Amino acid sequence: MAQRRTAWTRLTTPFANIPASTATTLALAMWVVVIGGWALLSYGRVVPNMFLPTPGTVLQTTYRMSLDGSLFYHTLTSAKVVILGFIVSSVIAVPLGLWMGTYRAVQAPLEPLVNFIRYLPVTSFVPLFILWIGIGIEQRIAVIFFGTFFQQLVMISDCARGVSRDLVNASYTLGTKRSEAVWHVIFPAALPSILDTLRVTMGWAWTYLVVAELVAASSGLGYISLKAMRGFQVDVIFMAIAAIGLLGLITDTAFRILRARVAPWAP
Amino acid sequence: MTETVKANIPADTANAAGEPHSTGTTMAIEDVTLRYGDANGVLALDDVSLKVAKNEFCVIVGPSGCGKSSLLYLAAGLNDATSGTIKVDGREVIEPGPDRGMVFQSYTLFPWLTVRANIEYGPKRKGLPAEQRKQIVDQYLNEVGLAPFADHYPAQLSGGMKQRVAIARALANDPAVLLMDEPFGALDSQTRGTMQKLLLRVWERQQKTVLFVTHDIDEALVLGDRVLVMTARPGKIKAEIKVDIPRPRSMDVILEPDFIALKRRILGLLHDEIDEDH
Repeated sequence: MAQRRTAWTRLTTPFANIPASTATTLALAMWVVVIGGWALLSYGRVVPNMFLPTPGTVLQTTYRMSLDGSLFYHTLTSAKVVILGFIVSSVIAVPLGLWMGTYRAVQAPLEPLVNFIRYLPVTSFVPLFILWIGIGIEQRIAVIFFGTFFQQLVMISDCARGVSRDLVNASYTLGTKRSEAVWHVIFPAALPSILDTLRVTMGWAWTYLVVAELVAASSGLGYISLKAMRGFQVDVIFMAIAAIGLLGLITDTAFRILRARVAPWAP
Repeated sequence: MTETVKANIPADTANAAGEPHSTGTTMAIEDVTLRYGDANGVLALDDVSLKVAKNEFCVIVGPSGCGKSSLLYLAAGLNDATSGTIKVDGREVIEPGPDRGMVFQSYTLFPWLTVRANIEYGPKRKGLPAEQRKQIVDQYLNEVGLAPFADHYPAQLSGGMKQRVAIARALANDPAVLLMDEPFGALDSQTRGTMQKLLLRVWERQQKTVLFVTHDIDEALVLGDRVLVMTARPGKIKAEIKVDIPRPRSMDVILEPDFIALKRRILGLLHDEIDEDH
């Protein structure tokens, strides 16, 4: 019998597993450090409260805005923009990305164009969207769509391209027709990585929210942040940022659960 | 072959099992040449011709890189020959189809399907009714001894079990010929022995036409009715050896003088090829 590993060896071994309790403790410790550091800086007046509000003020503001329903209202508006933009983008990007990764004839014309567009900053298109689409919710959805769609397309086509050729060949020898291969083999084989892609790009969609609400919005978390900036209400900005982060965390978790349900077979 | 087992086999396979080693040709490969790239490209297969009789277990043995796997891919219709024709039951091979089942060296089970659903995949594509599919799947699950693992996913299986499912999946489609591309090549030697025994047992009961590719001479002689020896690149059939060792064969056959004599002959044939190869 080899000597048992000490806890320290385990912690410092590459890729080694650590006990769940240790992992939870470390995760909590990180939050304590971040929030503790924040409290120290703000309560200790290291940074003036005008620029860095205290955790207490932010909690009070959150409580106040929850009571009058405004927090819920703005959160709902923002969530609607992000989720609609994300859904419209995904509904087109998943099938088109699958085609792009499967058929060279689809990839050849699309790839150069998509790679050109996806490096363009979304912000540069905002004036154009306002001229074309106006200043309604459609304009904000368009910003989210534009920010996620082209990234999704490239990543999903990579998912499809990564499917093992032998898997497709095996399916042919079992009677799969060429036209069926995308639906019967390539899609299910790529599904776990497609869901991972959607999860990651959902996070990006949230990051475009403030850009989307930068101009001509009259509600939403990005909108109240901008309004608060003008009134020097740093606590509101902090609350909005935390709300966006929390919403991102919720959608991320939802995608993790979905993936575990839809593709329980994938590691 | 026992009567009790035969009774479980669907009508068409039972017929085949009833008249073993009939003389018709199932697969005919005629003057097949394969050159990669343009006219100056590497010549992988040079004018290969061979026939596989109905219900015959034919093995191709050759050094690595001799093009034996390429030949199998051509037979499956997964690649196009530069010239020559391949016919299965008189029909020319132009694309892959369910009449040519294949077991690959790499693990090719569909990871999103359970063992049961993997075996059911072919019959489902064929549009067989659910009841008949279940009967076929149950039969082959038992045939490869994996009934207790029917609802497992491939990721939960060992390498040997995966290849057993792959064999069951290919056979469940009732192909005219079963193409096997070093199916046990990635397994450890003990598992390989078990798999050979299992394949022999299944084949002796089901009487399928098999074209099996390997670089392992023992494996070729234990399994085959006939062994075709291929030369190193460009691949060519160098010799044909009938394996007269009586069936059913056990794994101990490798110790018998007849077996050793055949092995010595094949080793001699391969010697120059292997020397050139390494």
